[in-house]
Amino acid sequence: MQLIECPWCGTREETEFHYGGQAHVAYPEDPQALTDEEWARYVFFRTNPKGLFAERWSHSAGCRRWFNAVRDTATYRFHSVYRPDEQRPS
Amino acid sequence: MNAPFRTPEGGRVDRSTTHTFVFNDRELTGHAGDTLASALLANGVHQVTTSIKLGRPRGFTAAWAEDTGGLVQMEHPFPEPMLLATTIELFDGLAARGIPGQGRLAEIADTAKYDSTHVHTDVLIVGAGPTGLAAALTAARTGARVVLLDEQSEAGGALLGSTDTIDGKPALEWVADAVSELATFPDVLHLQRTTAFGHYDDGFVLALQRRTDHLGGDAPVAVSRQRVWRIRARRIVVATGAHERPIVFADNDRPGIMLANGARTFLHRYGVKVGEQAVVFTTNDSAYLTAFDLQDAGVRIAAVVDARTELSPDLVEECASRDIAVHLGSVVSGTRGDARITHATVSRPPADDAAPVVVPCDVLLVSGGWNPAVHLYSQARGKLRYDETLGAFVPGEALDGVDVAGSATGVFDLPGCLRSGREAVESALAAIGFDAAAGTHPGETDPVRTPGAGVVLWYVRDPATATRQFVDVQRDATVADLVRAVGAGMRSMEHIKRYTTIGTAHDQGKTSGVVASGITADLLGSRPEDMGVTTFRPPYTPVAFAALAGRSRGHMFDPERVTAVHDWHVARGAVFEDVGQWKRPRYYPQGDEDMDTAVLRECAATRTGVGILDGSTLGKIDVQGPDAGEFLDMLYTNLMSSLKVGMIRYGVMCGADGMVIDDGTVMRLADDRFQVFTTTGGAAHILDWMEEWLQTEWPHLRVRMTSVTEQWHTFPVVGPKSRDVIGAVFSDLDVSNDAFPFMAWRDTTLGGAHVRVGRVSFSGELAYEVNVMGWYATAVWEKLVEAGERHGITPYGTETMHVLRAEKGYPIIGQDTDGTITPQDLGMNWVVSKKKVDFIGKRSFSRSENLNPHRKQFVGLLPIDAETVLPEGAQIIEPTADGELPPPPVPMLGHVTSSYRSAELGRPFALALVKGGHARIGDTLSVPVNGTLVPVEVTGSVLVDPEGARRDG
Repeated sequence: MQLIECPWCGTREETEFHYGGQAHVAYPEDPQALTDEEWARYVFFRTNPKGLFAERWSHSAGCRRWFNAVRDTATYRFHSVYRPDEQRPS
Repeated sequence: MNAPFRTPEGGRVDRSTTHTFVFNDRELTGHAGDTLASALLANGVHQVTTSIKLGRPRGFTAAWAEDTGGLVQMEHPFPEPMLLATTIELFDGLAARGIPGQGRLAEIADTAKYDSTHVHTDVLIVGAGPTGLAAALTAARTGARVVLLDEQSEAGGALLGSTDTIDGKPALEWVADAVSELATFPDVLHLQRTTAFGHYDDGFVLALQRRTDHLGGDAPVAVSRQRVWRIRARRIVVATGAHERPIVFADNDRPGIMLANGARTFLHRYGVKVGEQAVVFTTNDSAYLTAFDLQDAGVRIAAVVDARTELSPDLVEECASRDIAVHLGSVVSGTRGDARITHATVSRPPADDAAPVVVPCDVLLVSGGWNPAVHLYSQARGKLRYDETLGAFVPGEALDGVDVAGSATGVFDLPGCLRSGREAVESALAAIGFDAAAGTHPGETDPVRTPGAGVVLWYVRDPATATRQFVDVQRDATVADLVRAVGAGMRSMEHIKRYTTIGTAHDQGKTSGVVASGITADLLGSRPEDMGVTTFRPPYTPVAFAALAGRSRGHMFDPERVTAVHDWHVARGAVFEDVGQWKRPRYYPQGDEDMDTAVLRECAATRTGVGILDGSTLGKIDVQGPDAGEFLDMLYTNLMSSLKVGMIRYGVMCGADGMVIDDGTVMRLADDRFQVFTTTGGAAHILDWMEEWLQTEWPHLRVRMTSVTEQWHTFPVVGPKSRDVIGAVFSDLDVSNDAFPFMAWRDTTLGGAHVRVGRVSFSGELAYEVNVMGWYATAVWEKLVEAGERHGITPYGTETMHVLRAEKGYPIIGQDTDGTITPQDLGMNWVVSKKKVDFIGKRSFSRSENLNPHRKQFVGLLPIDAETVLPEGAQIIEPTADGELPPPPVPMLGHVTSSYRSAELGRPFALALVKGGHARIGDTLSVPVNGTLVPVEVTGSVLVDPEGARRDG
């Protein structure tokens, strides 16, 4: 079982966390202005890279707060975690 | 004499304690300190069972967990299948029998306890042989927290089966001293009978401790039988030793054929001679120790068959002085015997052109070299490297936080193991800030005999006998199977493993895995390093499900949630159903009523008089903050910010895809405070959903929320007489329709307790929902029931609740919907705001697919025969003009989502999702039920009081 670092609580066991999919997919500014395809891209389409991937996680069995993480999808290693109001680390 | 193969003295068994046991219905004796295997061998019993596919006799092949033949079923004290006799400690009264690869589970409940515990440590050392003990001593002396695990009954590892010395003393004295010293450190946890069976990420190791198995029937009831240790270690030292490797040849599976070091262990540890006349077949020097020690114990060594063409002079001399015949450059090419080996066929080097020699023997002791036990290293995704000299795979790279030491790395001399253990733990300690400059261990500089080079021999090649050359003895899988796999075009060991089953039995290829790679490489003209070995996966040795489950069994399997009124329901004879983790009354049978009868009675009583339901399991979320209204406007399809304080509004939540995810009512408690009700099943998920949007999309909104599901209890009081009951109980409350209209809430008190009453109806009847803190819930419930008595108030359960709501066409999210249904599909356009600029799901409603008139829509169904209760989940079809089933494939129009008998309608009815259903109202469709087509009329979803005349009483 992996250890995952929560930006607020520190390192905790993986079972305390909930996965939230790709990060930085913002809710559109004005959904009604979008075409069906543009809206469908927001609702249904996500990237699925092999390698580094910015994801959303929730410390669901801990502080219940959301954060972002850059994780390697091939090795499962977390490279960095950051709060939702922070920029993705380069 | 009962045990003819017991040596007169020696070994670590307690000869003053005799245990009587039964094996295959035969009563035998052994001693404390024996395993079942050693006690059987002391009695001359080699054959344990027959093999799984071919029915060939099989016996012990090793002295510990790498044994492949000694599978038994424990019969007493408690039935347990698939245990290895070599790892069962003998106790008085044990009864077992051999099994051919399949056992039988107990038919009675296991009353033993199992539990688990957590431990955090600086250093975890797996294995308490010389390497692990050396590492543990070095680590303990620095003051580090140390966990030392070993799977056997006592520490010492391979030393228990040897005559080694350390620093001039018997090695086991050194072991005893080390164990005593470790016991003096408060931060050292030393566990024997504990197998580290799984190595996971970030220093996480699972270990199984067998706490009372060895006590048999005397095991104290209060102590857990087995315990799973969940260990989180900053550093791990793997000191798991090595397994001797067999050689594959024709008829290599007969009882009496075992690994050479296994025979030596039986002798030195248990005082058991494995036979009277031995042939030794080896590729390396280690088996000579076995030959010499067994000869010293009185076993005749009929021959040593050595695949090498040259032998070190010291061994040549020693064999000559002992009068042991050594056949150099030779192999064992076959055996004879039935229940036990009787002869070994020794084939001479082809150059000699000599005929094979048949040597009589009752044991054949084999050594093909040694395989480092790299399982725990490999489980943590450590890459293996093939070592050509050893003919084995060894750790091939540095692994974060993991050090491998001693024989597990291919170091096989004792001083080298002591040194390797110390050095590994020193580097581990240094990495986490401990100073381990405590010096070397005595014994590290003991003289070492340099062994002669071994050769790598996977098998004795002979196509004529390939079907009897067993690679995986447990699976009856042979060289012929490998030939077939390769012939079928397979090249990957992972494929070959699954095709041949080699390595899939309970030992998981401990002895067969590398040999299979070696033979396959030979068949393909390839090299073992190109073949690799199949992945080592946890568990290292089998672990009982009972141990993994621990205390999470029976009623402890999942938390049970009950409302504060639970005991009242029990006393009233309620039948409960599980709703998520909740126990909810389903109905309250009277006399010998069945469910149908009870529900018809409860429904009728509620629609004509008054009923009461425990609705406390409804999810409740307290939403506070100046922006709470704006926030709820984004979450619900309808407007919540316009709700007046003191009023209630029903709302629906959708996902971004526009599909309904939950529904319920919302109370506005203050300008900046709402109480949201969710479905019982959706409570946790909806709170998470709301938090997700708040935190990740709209963190600027000043809103906070928390679950109050457990705090508030909710009792719907339902029916035309409900106003009388509420008025009688809450005398301060003006319950008139003008003062307390539909969809309003009012605060009141009862005996000083704050009560909030809402006028909400999930049945279409005049109804009130009484909300009160859990502390006062039972008292308030009892007051309501008492006040309702003169109206014959009827407690009802979830089943009646479902019928009453279905008669009104109120959907249950998750039963009548399945994540593909929009509010429009439900016929609930009225709940979707046209005014709001945006809310979650709005944009999806105008997608072309969501405007498709052929979408499945929510309708009612009335079986024409007015008798059939349609099965929920039944398909709905359009019959042919003459009422028959159309030819296949029959188009499916939808399915029945809810179906009940209705007391009010006097007939069964159903709710359903039907393609283009709203346009089909009035049509007749069919539902196939048990092979016949039941005609049904499609109706609107509201079947009782469609005008809504009853809600105000």
